[in-house]
Amino acid sequence: MNTNHDLPRDLARAYEATPEHLRALQARLAAAAQGEGILDVAYRTVDSPVGSLLLAATEAGLVRVAYASEDHDTVLQTLSDRISPRILYAPARLDTVARELDEYFAGQRHSFDVPLDWRLSAGFRSTVLHRLPEIGYGHTASYAAVAQLAGHPRAIRAVGTACATNPLPVVVPCHRVVRSDGGMGGYLGGVEAKRTLLSLEAAA
Amino acid sequence: MTLKQPFETVVAVHGSTVLRVCRAVLGTVDADDAWSETFLSAMRAYPDLPADANVEAWLVTIAHRKAIDVTRATSRRAIPTGELPETAITPEAGHDPDLADALARLPDRQKQAVAYHYLAGLPYGEVAAILGGSTDAARRAAADGIATLRRTYPGVATRKGEHR
Repeated sequence: MNTNHDLPRDLARAYEATPEHLRALQARLAAAAQGEGILDVAYRTVDSPVGSLLLAATEAGLVRVAYASEDHDTVLQTLSDRISPRILYAPARLDTVARELDEYFAGQRHSFDVPLDWRLSAGFRSTVLHRLPEIGYGHTASYAAVAQLAGHPRAIRAVGTACATNPLPVVVPCHRVVRSDGGMGGYLGGVEAKRTLLSLEAAA
Repeated sequence: MTLKQPFETVVAVHGSTVLRVCRAVLGTVDADDAWSETFLSAMRAYPDLPADANVEAWLVTIAHRKAIDVTRATSRRAIPTGELPETAITPEAGHDPDLADALARLPDRQKQAVAYHYLAGLPYGEVAAILGGSTDAARRAAADGIATLRRTYPGVATRKGEHR
């Protein structure tokens, strides 16, 4: 007997949805999850002069900014492990910070005023990061000066580590921390990104 | 591998399959509501899902329950006409209304067995767990459904030649 092996394939085709339809359903899900208070982490990406940036926010505030070099999928998996797996692409929660970043990269904004969720940094690293906004736009401070500022003048290497593991780069300005000898020092988004940000701020 | 993927990945990987299942079981219009209810409910429970669980079977199980809820809600609203509702066979571009129509006419159990096995790819043991009853009964329901489709779906005869 000649059986028709294409029937399952025909069935799958008969109920195929367009990508647009699935995107609309995903957006409806994100809105419903937000409404029910189960959207633990919302994320989106934005294009910028330093490449694609991943933005993620909890209900409490912006929790992560990530460079493409950090690999966005890896970052999302880390957020799933450390905060909650209830993560959706949901741009609405990130609208304000996305707009502020646009203004910043256009040279029109010198500080960010969105709520921040600091839960991904702890201890001395967190202390260091909390002090960084005190380095004004267009200025830089040495690792040693920041160590002093954070109350541990000898903890210069720890300041370097805090900057290298900043969960909120650009918004929390670890790019303004440079070497005492005038060298730029490293940067979690790459030295080129650090140069771009410092030039942008110097020009404005 | 015990890491739990971000829920967005679950939606991206399984969203289209779950929608196909909902469309097969409920028709195109009601399927959207069932899909939304399924993923919202799944997202609520996701943190407690064991990391090694079969996510697709879990989602189809939820979709099965949500489809029953949607069917009940629809039948409370609907005025009985003795005919298939138009919404059950509303095709989108590229869809095969004949096949969807033929499937819509199957008894619920056969329709569900066909959808869960052939569209979601679940083994009959999983299908039986969802429908209740034995694995053999699930296999028979799907086989009966497929046999009816082959008999009534007008496209089958002409398509055979094309693909061989």
